[in-house]
Amino acid sequence: MVWEPKIVGFLCNWCSYRGADLAGISRLKFAPNVKVIRVPCSARVEPAFVLKAFQSGADGVIILGCHPGDCHYSEGNYKTMRRVPLLKKMLAQLGIEDDRVALDWVSASEGEKFASVVDAMTEKVRALGPFTSNNAEELEHAKT
Amino acid sequence: MPKLKLALYWASSCGGCEIGQLQIGTKLLQLAAVADIVFWPVAIDVKYKDVEAMPDKSIDVCLFNGSIRTSEQEHMAKMLRDKSNVLISYGACACNGGIPGLANFYNRDMIFNRAYIETPSTDNAGKTMPQTSFQSPQGVLTLPEFYETVRSLAQTVDVDYFVPGCPPEERTTWLALEALIEGKLPPKGTVISNNVKAVCDDCPRKKNVKKVKSFYRTFQMVPEPETCLLEQGLICAGIATRGGCGAPCPQANMPCTGCYGAPEGVIDQGAHLLGAVASVIDSTDPDEIKSIIDNISDPAGTFYRYSLPVSLLRRAKIK
Ligand code: FES
Repeated sequence: MVWEPKIVGFLCNWCSYRGADLAGISRLKFAPNVKVIRVPCSARVEPAFVLKAFQSGADGVIILGCHPGDCHYSEGNYKTMRRVPLLKKMLAQLGIEDDRVALDWVSASEGEKFASVVDAMTEKVRALGPFTSNNAEELEHAKT
Repeated sequence: MPKLKLALYWASSCGGCEIGQLQIGTKLLQLAAVADIVFWPVAIDVKYKDVEAMPDKSIDVCLFNGSIRTSEQEHMAKMLRDKSNVLISYGACACNGGIPGLANFYNRDMIFNRAYIETPSTDNAGKTMPQTSFQSPQGVLTLPEFYETVRSLAQTVDVDYFVPGCPPEERTTWLALEALIEGKLPPKGTVISNNVKAVCDDCPRKKNVKKVKSFYRTFQMVPEPETCLLEQGLICAGIATRGGCGAPCPQANMPCTGCYGAPEGVIDQGAHLLGAVASVIDSTDPDEIKSIIDNISDPAGTFYRYSLPVSLLRRAKIK
């Protein structure tokens, strides 16, 4: 079987999820690699969610929220804006490449942007290849 | 009532847990009145073969400290599991991997290279590395295998209780021992501590709105003694760490480093702390945010100081 990037997409309910919907309704063509999880706000995405995605076999994670200033909960996406760069810095130390995690802003009217963000992310992750954690090798030693 | 048979063992650890056990002070006499120590390498001369000769489940309680990084430690963990009715994971290393768990940022080759070749004080022209077996004229010499990855005790064998801390505070150790002596053990799997909430719940410092423009390392500032340390820009792990210790570190003007592990309900201590630290950054400008984050020099090592092996990813991926 040919490998295809598996990307988990956390989309905020108020903007990006609707942007994705618009891309669908408008019959735009875009990569089918992002598995969408709808979250109330981009700030709902705890750093542990991203780790959990990688632990569960994702090759990439994309977080999409309302544009700065437009968050339904006023400040949520500013929290996300602080969290993601720190998370990326930590992930680099854990051997997870920068391009495997992305944060972008997509409004409800930006179907086109959603499609292009998804395509770009898919290509970046494709270039990196599959993410396999070292857990498998570790479990080999767990002879219990 | 016959006396309890107690065993204490150390795996990959520093010996601090033994100090933790002695910290109970005169209560040791209370313990000695009800328990006999049948195995304790740090203090009494009982050999591995003596333990091997003990019937299964003949030890009532085993306090096991240290994480598992070698085949010898794994072997002892399994043996003590078989011989003991109650196996207690004692201290941060056994519970969460602890400081030795930071080795999971590297693999065996990198560690051996560093320890046996690169360190400035090492003179090893022949590049001799530890072997698991070596044929000498006198016979075959063996060493335990050194694993790629450090594991917690519960990742190795079935564990009944967890006593957190580096080392566990006296009050925490006594809470566990008292439960044993009185036969009032909590449900299996319980992390025994005086508080299930975060260290902040034990900490008397005043907490206000947290807005931080710059983070500092402990040597870069003298914190004001009454305000929350995180508010002052020190990365205090209290917010992502189980309480019960009584918050001695923040009360001594030192930030919590996270030794009691994650509070109840938190699956990944490092990720939790990362979320808390990121949210106190006082900026909405991506460039400024970046420069504030730049002065956190080792986020992974800081956030997972004691818990990398039990984190979601368990270790770094090495290319
Ligand atoms: S509601 Fe969309 S980012 Fe907060």
